[in-house]
Amino acid sequence: MTDEFPRDSVGLVAPQRLTIEQTLALDCGRELSGCEIVYETYGQLNATASNAILICPALSGDHHAAGYHSNDSKKPGWWENCIGPGKPIDSNRFFVVCSSNLGGYKGSTGPSSINPANGKLYGPDFPVVTVRDWVRAQNLLGQSLGISKWAAVAGGSLGGMQALQWAIEFPDQLRHALVIAAAPKLSAQNIAFNEIARQAIVSDPDFHEGRYEEKGTAPRRGLMLARMLGHITYLSDSAMRAKFGRELRDGKLNFGFDVEFQVESYLRYQGRSFVDRFDANTYLLMTKALDYFDPAREHSDDLAAAFSGILARCLVVSFTSDWRFASERSREIVDALIAAGKDVSYAEIESDLGHDDFLLTQPDYIELLRTYLNGIAAEVGA
Amino acid sequence: MSLRADFAIISSWIKPGTRVLDLGCGDGTLMHHLQNTRQVSGYGLEIDVDELIACVGKGVNVIQTDLDKGLSSFASGAFDYVIMTEALQVLRRPDELLDDMLRVGRRVLVTFPNVGHWRCRLGLGLNGRMPMSRSLPNQWYNTPNIHLCTVRDFDQLCHQKGIEVIQRSVVDFRHRSTLGARLWPNLLGEIALYELRKPD
Repeated sequence: MTDEFPRDSVGLVAPQRLTIEQTLALDCGRELSGCEIVYETYGQLNATASNAILICPALSGDHHAAGYHSNDSKKPGWWENCIGPGKPIDSNRFFVVCSSNLGGYKGSTGPSSINPANGKLYGPDFPVVTVRDWVRAQNLLGQSLGISKWAAVAGGSLGGMQALQWAIEFPDQLRHALVIAAAPKLSAQNIAFNEIARQAIVSDPDFHEGRYEEKGTAPRRGLMLARMLGHITYLSDSAMRAKFGRELRDGKLNFGFDVEFQVESYLRYQGRSFVDRFDANTYLLMTKALDYFDPAREHSDDLAAAFSGILARCLVVSFTSDWRFASERSREIVDALIAAGKDVSYAEIESDLGHDDFLLTQPDYIELLRTYLNGIAAEVGA
Repeated sequence: MSLRADFAIISSWIKPGTRVLDLGCGDGTLMHHLQNTRQVSGYGLEIDVDELIACVGKGVNVIQTDLDKGLSSFASGAFDYVIMTEALQVLRRPDELLDDMLRVGRRVLVTFPNVGHWRCRLGLGLNGRMPMSRSLPNQWYNTPNIHLCTVRDFDQLCHQKGIEVIQRSVVDFRHRSTLGARLWPNLLGEIALYELRKPD
């Protein structure tokens, strides 16, 4: 490890690629052939391959979960707070794997990849993928790495849904599922927010029905709006109040429509910086995967029935200030797991910041994760 | 590791291999003990996050729960035993939770400090002060124990509600069953332990 990085960081990391030779049959009925999974790993796989932990990314997350991509990079991976030497997901003990999901941007095969069928960019032709499609692809990655049973599969938000889907789909291939700030399915309100975000993108004149890349442009305004809207739902009212209040950038009202309040400036900044690192077609796909997630649907809306085959022990965590996926939504998961007689623990962490808290460092949360993962380490001999 | 004496008594009342719900499970000591010695499965319910983390550290399933909100998320008859050790008196409506416990569990095990103990009687009767004892160390203004009762009060509540007392043990502060406490439970018993059920 280099000295330039914090001692509790995995340091310099590089993404790796796995080409999946077989054809993937997707939930939508279409197939993907020759797709690529991009992933990163931290730590060492032990001799019995018992210490592997799979990290599932949330909507805007990718394979870069921890560490730095270059020596002068200032921005670490998205879950740097939790993954690293001595951190709750301890890379000295565990072999940590994180892949970007199909349909993503600058990672695993997605809308900006080349469609082998016609040699053109997929763009809007990329199939609508589901959480289950992702989990199946992650399973192929695990097999290629020689992991027959994950010590744990963990994720927050959309990542938590993948962890839950893992427990349902491959019950004997994981010991623990960590389902953080998630929900068993989206509410009408959640879907409504996603729909506004999608409308912002598709109604941008630069969207060109998803073929913007071929035209050398991008629906930047639409994507920016989508992110601004999303960002509001990630923060609690009190967090926004504490951070910005009604503070004015120039200290006075300008009686105009340009940025005046600090919160406006912040949202515009968040939106703009997102546009530089994210793709509109990917955003559409990710929000659809969220909308479609509903494991109870195939079981006459009986969530406990959907969980009946689960063998993994589950840790479910929610945050009191999260209104995007409120604690009650996590509690639905917990109640169904209990009704199905499964091993589950549940913590509702007192927090201020909102949905984003799952990426942050509320002390009780970190201590809970550390304690739970210590238990896993003892169990698997990590 | 020596186990709290009331936990030892409760353990002896629990049939092996059963499903248990422990209300106000604290750091999970009892559940952990029951898992190891009685092969029970189930969950602890706890409101305090530090205690909850201690449960997680012991490998005890624990659900963060405010007992004052009831057990509505648990199905009727879902557990063989619902246990509550020395938490009855801190609840807003112990009578309602008791009903809920009897709905969710086929048997209910409950323990509470007995205010009928002679020290408490002495405190109020002679001293004119709110009862305090070794098992009730707080002042009236800072005590979490807002619904204290005596052994006789509890017997009365069970009678009123048609709850069957399967067995009862009344012990001293160190959870020893003395001859005196067996003869005059409401006077000499400091902690009361009950096994209850609702007749069909």
